[in-house]
Amino acid sequence: MESPIASGPILRPSSWPDAILLRSQHPDASPICGGTDLMVRINFGRARPAGLLDLTALEEGFDCWELIEDGRTVRIGAGVSFTRIIDELGHLCPALAQAARTVGSPQIRNRGTVAGNLATASPAGDAHPVLLASWAQVEVESLRGPRLIDIDDFFVGPKHSALDPDELIRAVRVPAATGPQQFAKIGPRNAMVIATASFAVNLDVADRRVGTGIGSAGPTPLRARDAERMLGEALADLWDAPGRIGERVAREFGDLVAGAASPIDDVRGSAAYRRHALSVLARRCLTWALADLGEAAAVEGGVEV
Amino acid sequence: MRVNVTVNGVAHSVDHVWALESLLDFLRERIGLRGTKNACEQGECGSCSVYVDGVLVCSCLVAAGQVEGRSVVTVEGLGSDGGVHPVQQALVDAGAVQCGFCTPGMVVAAHCLLAGDPDPDDLTVREQLSGNLCRCTGYQKILDAVHMAADRAGTGQ
Repeated sequence: MESPIASGPILRPSSWPDAILLRSQHPDASPICGGTDLMVRINFGRARPAGLLDLTALEEGFDCWELIEDGRTVRIGAGVSFTRIIDELGHLCPALAQAARTVGSPQIRNRGTVAGNLATASPAGDAHPVLLASWAQVEVESLRGPRLIDIDDFFVGPKHSALDPDELIRAVRVPAATGPQQFAKIGPRNAMVIATASFAVNLDVADRRVGTGIGSAGPTPLRARDAERMLGEALADLWDAPGRIGERVAREFGDLVAGAASPIDDVRGSAAYRRHALSVLARRCLTWALADLGEAAAVEGGVEV
Repeated sequence: MRVNVTVNGVAHSVDHVWALESLLDFLRERIGLRGTKNACEQGECGSCSVYVDGVLVCSCLVAAGQVEGRSVVTVEGLGSDGGVHPVQQALVDAGAVQCGFCTPGMVVAAHCLLAGDPDPDDLTVREQLSGNLCRCTGYQKILDAVHMAADRAGTGQ
């Protein structure tokens, strides 16, 4: 057994105010929930925090989700596991549930959380492309008070987020889908894979806008703004007749998504491969989403499909 | 740090637990249950799979202090009356054990799978065991064993 170097306490608050207080009093203790990122770093000696701030003993809805803003937004408590997102939120946040299905293995999905993904802020975090595409917000809090961080402001560098050292993530607010969403990820096998590249698209029918998110192809998760703009313009009069969006638009969308990425060569893939993979993933996701949109429009219009 | 935890139905109170100690090390070194195997220590291989409050987890990724007041079930806790569990018997009968290192984790994960789906199809078995690596038997015999255990449970054997 390893000697207890810098072995501080394990703090186990049962209430959110206590958690915030302890975070402030013990800045060197690492917050831990599912532990699927942090424990790896500890087991391999890459992290030696002076104690742990365990968030799994919290009462008061830390591991619950609820609908807020008249049902338009899903507020997902920071302790909700990926398994529960798959089981319970597929109808409200379909792409987030898709992304959750691609996380690790059953064992990892039973412990890992979206909030943990955010706290680690890896460019490869599986939830991130969907959170970007959905214009999610991150609910954080410290003794100084709570604040909401727009997802576009959250990722500031590789494994570096806008979360201040005294803050904890309390929940993630994900607008409920108003139209088709798709997520796709590529890696060497179907399970236990850190994405080589990943992509999410969100056709926001209610607000007539397109959201995108790119993972594992830049220093942070990225939004493909030009692709969003181009597709938004292409869909301008066709939200109810997306069948008229052609193959050419899908290809251009893929190219613009690839162009928005800034990948590097690393152990999981080359930059060139990642760009190519992204153009394919984006085209496929869009094709699937437009097919879904077409079906929905046909059903609403009373046309048999 | 003291940790109070129920392991396989037995209450334990263990002192001097290191704050950063994993549940895996805790089970093997403090409780003396070595059925739970240590291989990758990064959640990749599933050989340390256990239940915490009925949820399948990699014990290497749980801090020992996080199981305070909780109930842990390891591979040693699955059989009854000193006998092996039907999932274990099926692995033996199907020839799904070669070196055996991955087997305890496979047993716990397969046990969890069959508890949730008594008659899983092949894809479900592959998906539910996707977090458990075997490097020598090959997965076909393991799949056969899970189906054998399901069939036997279905026919009341």
